[in-house]
Amino acid sequence: MSNEKEYIEIFEQHRNIIEENCAPLLNEKRTAAFEKFKASGFPTRNDEAYRRSDVGKQFQTNYGMNLRRIDMKSNANDLFMCDVPNLKARPEYILNDSYIPTQQATADHTSGVFIGSLNEYARSNSDAIAPYYNALAQKGDSIVQFNTAFVQDGACIVIPKGVEITETIQLVTLLHSNIDILNNRRLLIVLHENAKANILLCDHASNEHTTMSTQVTEIYLGKGASLNLYELEDTDKNNSRLAHLFVQQESDSQFNHSNITLTNGFTRNAINVTLIGSGAHANLTGLAICDKEQHTANNTVIEHVASNCTSNELYKYILDEKSTGVFNGKIHIHPDAQHTASQQTNRNLCLTDCARMYAQPQLEIYADDIKCSHGSTVGQLDENALFYMQQRGIPKNEARNLLMFAFAGEVIENIDIDALRDRLHILIEKRFRGELNKCKGCSLCKK
Amino acid sequence: MENLIEIKNLHARIDGKEILKGINLTVKPGEVHAIMGPNGSGKSTLSNVLVGHPAYTVTEGEIIYKGKDLLSLSPEDRSHEGIFLSFQYPVEISGVSMTNFMRAAINAKREYHGQPAMSAGDFLKMMREKRALVSLDSKLANRSVNEGFSGGEKKRNEIFQMAMLEPTFSILDETDSGLDIDALRIVADGVNKLKRADTSTLVITHYQRLLDYIKPDIVHVLYNGQIVKTAGPELALELEERGYDWIKNPQ
Ligand SMILES: Nc1ncnc2c1ncn2[C@@H]1O[C@H](COP(=O)(O)OP(=O)(O)OP(=O)(O)O)[C@@H](O)[C@H]1O
Ligand SMILES: [Mg+2]
Repeated sequence: MSNEKEYIEIFEQHRNIIEENCAPLLNEKRTAAFEKFKASGFPTRNDEAYRRSDVGKQFQTNYGMNLRRIDMKSNANDLFMCDVPNLKARPEYILNDSYIPTQQATADHTSGVFIGSLNEYARSNSDAIAPYYNALAQKGDSIVQFNTAFVQDGACIVIPKGVEITETIQLVTLLHSNIDILNNRRLLIVLHENAKANILLCDHASNEHTTMSTQVTEIYLGKGASLNLYELEDTDKNNSRLAHLFVQQESDSQFNHSNITLTNGFTRNAINVTLIGSGAHANLTGLAICDKEQHTANNTVIEHVASNCTSNELYKYILDEKSTGVFNGKIHIHPDAQHTASQQTNRNLCLTDCARMYAQPQLEIYADDIKCSHGSTVGQLDENALFYMQQRGIPKNEARNLLMFAFAGEVIENIDIDALRDRLHILIEKRFRGELNKCKGCSLCKK
Repeated sequence: MENLIEIKNLHARIDGKEILKGINLTVKPGEVHAIMGPNGSGKSTLSNVLVGHPAYTVTEGEIIYKGKDLLSLSPEDRSHEGIFLSFQYPVEISGVSMTNFMRAAINAKREYHGQPAMSAGDFLKMMREKRALVSLDSKLANRSVNEGFSGGEKKRNEIFQMAMLEPTFSILDETDSGLDIDALRIVADGVNKLKRADTSTLVITHYQRLLDYIKPDIVHVLYNGQIVKTAGPELALELEERGYDWIKNPQ
């Protein structure tokens, strides 16, 4: 318990500083969360869900925390502006764990749409989000409780009933600091009945220092609401990300998630989707491209609570050098979830003997009239295909890239926004050529 | 240049097993050679060794191609130097479109020869023209390489690629197998149209009917890893009639 002791002390000693700048809604959840964290500490490798991801070790660095909310916005705009060609997006920025106010008005008072700082909104419109903030996350594990205890800001997106946001909402998280830093970010996304939105979340690092981020995202989809959520991590080896995504879907809602880890250090994404209304559909796709000693874990849980829901899952990993991948995919079909159709696919490429993939599908089925299937494979690049291409004159490296690109393509095809898909195609190609991360800033918009 | 390719005392093995046991074969520019021989005699092994398949090890002998040591070249450089193999069993490459595949191949070759990459327009025009040569359905050209192609379509696709790459030395390993009667004629016509005075072809087949279209100058019989008989085109007809027994067990 040595690591947690330090954080327990920080919390107890500096609680007033943490709370000083924060909305009551954020502050009132801290005590219970802190007690839970204090009781269990950081997860260890004895916890089944963390067996392959040594999270405790990630907290060993002596991180600084920006508890006093020192204003860093002045240098945020200097870092870069993100502009994906042809993507009609309104970029919003988070620096480490502080929302950076932009010039444009993000709160549209007439329609009730809000896109902006969570802390601000929790202050000004507390009633609007009180039923949602921490409602799902309170059941989370000790990392989630840690986040709830320490969190001071993040982003909030609220789309009222029937409102359809056509342009993509882009939220860029910049990791940048002059010291090794621990960030605790919170995202809250509420789409009321029949609301529709596309959200792109990008993590970028421009840092020589080590960063560690906990990020808790809660998403509530009302009846018939529809959300495409695209997450892209393009950081570097100095960054650790512990992300927890909770989604609750009411009847006939649609959730489409693309979760892409392009470059990173240590990443653990926990995704928990609960289908509580009948006719809801969840589509979870993920792609992880790892090399060196990168670690990417995706732990997904889909709770089929209501009947007539469908879920689809496709996760693919490309592991080179000494990287490790983890995929735990749990599908839990509750007794009342009749006529569920659920499919899970996990495909992995291990390019070297040192790369490791740990895959664990897990089905828990308590209803009888359902369709459920899963499959997981680990393989290498097809040597015959490589040779066929070489015979046609394609150099071996490029042949490898073409095959890896083809493998990744299935996940990218799931992206509905043409401009983003095209951009990702280019990025992934560059990734395979080792050309990413050579420039400072956001590769999503750099040519 | 006297000889396009000269194979001297070639021995090769796979998984420790010797398959080629001293092949000698010389092909001059412009010549068409046919290789026949019973199943398992080593015909595809010879093709694979010529294009540098990594599963095979050459234990003895040498191959001189255009006056250079072929065995020291990488598979892709052999391709750039004009060697093409129409595979007996073309590989399906899921998720790689024919267009991207061919573009990568053409541009790699151009780069090797110090030429700039082809413009998108020129490339597509070339694809169209070469497709017409073997009547390859444009739908096939839009799909993943060989994925879900019928046996005959795969063979047609091999010759389409040959047309795109315009090789100097082509090896056709049972390109006739799986082709219907019309397709056989179309594919053979395609091969004949691609023929230039300085290009040579090695046709591996079990049947005379392909040789009715692609007329060989010389016919060899490969048996048990060696070339045991070499003669003119009449040899193919004789084999069709008499089989291989008289060669395997000479009186
Ligand atoms: N990996 C291997 N290990 C051992 N023997 C092998 C291996 N691969 C191929 N062979 C053998 O090599 C021999 C030659 O095979 P090859 O494919 O060259 O024959 P072929 O003349 O092309 O036959 P076909 O007319 O049937 O196409 C066969 O006996 C085959 O079983
Ligand atoms: Mg053969």
